[in-house]
Amino acid sequence: MAEEANHGTTATIDPGPDQVIGPHHDFETVTEKISGVVFMPLRKTPLQLFAAFAFAFALVNVFLVAVTWLLIRGVGIWGIRIPIAWGFAIVNFVWWIGIGHAGTLISAILLLLKQDWRTSINRFAEAMTLFAVACAGMFPILHLGRPWLAYWLIPYPNTMYLWPQPRSPLIWDVFAVSTYASVSFLFWFTGLIPDLATMRDEAKSGRIRRLFGVLAMGWRGSAKHWARYQKAYLLLAGLSTPLVVSVHSVVSFDFSISIVPGWHTTIFPPYFVAGAIYSGFAMVLTLAIPVRRWYHLEDLITMRHIECMSKVMLGTGLIVAYGYAMEAFMAWYSGNPYERFMYWNRAWGGHYWWTFLLLILCNILIPQALWSRRVRLNINAVFVIALIVNAGMWLERFVIVITSLERDFMPSAWNNYYPTGWDWATYFGTIGVFLSLMFLFVRGLPAISMFEMREVVHSMEPTHAHGD
Amino acid sequence: MLTETRVASQIELYGLMASFRQPEPLLAAARRAHSEGYRHLDAYTPMPVEGLADAIGFRSNAVSRFVFCAGLTGAAGGFGLMYWISVIAYPHIVAGRPLNSWPAYIPITFECMVLLACFTAVIGMLAMNGLPQPYHPVFNVDSFERASRDRFFLCIEASDPAFDPVRTRRFLEQLDPEEVMEVAP
Repeated sequence: MAEEANHGTTATIDPGPDQVIGPHHDFETVTEKISGVVFMPLRKTPLQLFAAFAFAFALVNVFLVAVTWLLIRGVGIWGIRIPIAWGFAIVNFVWWIGIGHAGTLISAILLLLKQDWRTSINRFAEAMTLFAVACAGMFPILHLGRPWLAYWLIPYPNTMYLWPQPRSPLIWDVFAVSTYASVSFLFWFTGLIPDLATMRDEAKSGRIRRLFGVLAMGWRGSAKHWARYQKAYLLLAGLSTPLVVSVHSVVSFDFSISIVPGWHTTIFPPYFVAGAIYSGFAMVLTLAIPVRRWYHLEDLITMRHIECMSKVMLGTGLIVAYGYAMEAFMAWYSGNPYERFMYWNRAWGGHYWWTFLLLILCNILIPQALWSRRVRLNINAVFVIALIVNAGMWLERFVIVITSLERDFMPSAWNNYYPTGWDWATYFGTIGVFLSLMFLFVRGLPAISMFEMREVVHSMEPTHAHGD
Repeated sequence: MLTETRVASQIELYGLMASFRQPEPLLAAARRAHSEGYRHLDAYTPMPVEGLADAIGFRSNAVSRFVFCAGLTGAAGGFGLMYWISVIAYPHIVAGRPLNSWPAYIPITFECMVLLACFTAVIGMLAMNGLPQPYHPVFNVDSFERASRDRFFLCIEASDPAFDPVRTRRFLEQLDPEEVMEVAP
């Protein structure tokens, strides 16, 4: 009950685009406010959260049905057909894994760059990474046809005397994605440890106290522990920074190492990494804007966070636009008839020309509105643009995967790809999985890092603002 | 008489703890305590405080060395595994490339380095901190639950050669703390 009262008394005032935290916060109020979201009685949970969770959970059930049918009938229920063997599974894989990258970028790279607006969104973004990578990982496994044999991808001594092929980018992917998932989990959990200790000490009921106590592992905030903790955290950030670049580079190698027209280009790694961050920031915004409103966290996730994320989105979007331009230029400049035909077919002549048009509209034209400060400070506009970018980045992967595979070298091998209802069901199903996990996370664990917010509060205090 | 009580209380005590409302007084107190000759002391804070570990005389931070060695091991292991697979266990010529086509092994080598280094960073940090630890005496102090919220604690442990229940308490009280408490073992 005490939290409730406090939750009510702490006014949620968005301090505007210059402040990372609202006024009148001290160590106690940030703790109350962030842990209050978790300790809120179930019936006090915002109705919107219940509605959103119900929607997401319905999609989870769609996903379960789609996967069950897939296991019964095989990948033939999808629209894949030779030569378009990749289809939605790989489109969605690349999309999800790209979304995850913003979480690592926010928590690792912005930590190294000492960005003050990182703090109240990093935990949230890390959780997003974790769940996005979980969704991403399901697609290549389901796409195997016999997913229960997925462990064959791992090198282990076996009675068949067979080993995976380490020259293949698909095996690099196995290592890159599994490492990325593990490291993202470590990063997220390490960041949570001191906050789990806070939750343990704040919990009123014995069972919840024990649960958080076990998870906090006896953390007591000793100065010696903090010293090792900070060192380990910094090293994790330092290691995750090249990791995140390597993961999406390896994903792009899946394409660029092959000789398929439209895939075989050196621009792919940097352009994929920028695209990943672009879509990831869009997803952070898509989730943070409603959550901050439902839980009245406007004084912790302020317009400064929203504006900074919009700027990163604009910047990475421009890199992506450069990537598109380079693809077009190289198709022409290479003088290769297959490359030239591919580009003409992708943008103009093929039956999916309209996806390319939509892609340019969603990823390049509409986000240019973010140049205007008025748009960046308009929360609804930013939300809509973030949704559009999410869709645009999905279209980008669709265009790359589908239009290239449909028309490769020999016209006799060409074919058209049409996604089936099961393709859509699996895709929307993973969105449901992702959102359900996100909403459960926001409800069950501190979604904003409390100990780092205390540091922010302390550095904001007027007596400490200068000097130390 | 006096020596008897002193011995008895030393057996019963884990240490003496002072609480502060802000990190700066704690930092100053920790520096004072260290310069007074106390060595078995620790500070407990709800957030990292810069310079605090230094102030209580904690220098050996071995995390980075462990992580460096783990990174090298991971890289060597990753490359070794790829070499062993493609040159020794399953030599198989693909597209006329040499068996040891090392540039193709670099992504996996890198991932293995990161994986092992990150696990070592976290597990090593927890192990050196002695976590998970189901019991610690500092939790016997009632107000210690605020150490994860808004209070800053300095604890001088009874195992310190310079520890004396009376003199140490007087010393802590001089530091202008909010409260000085006894920590049951």
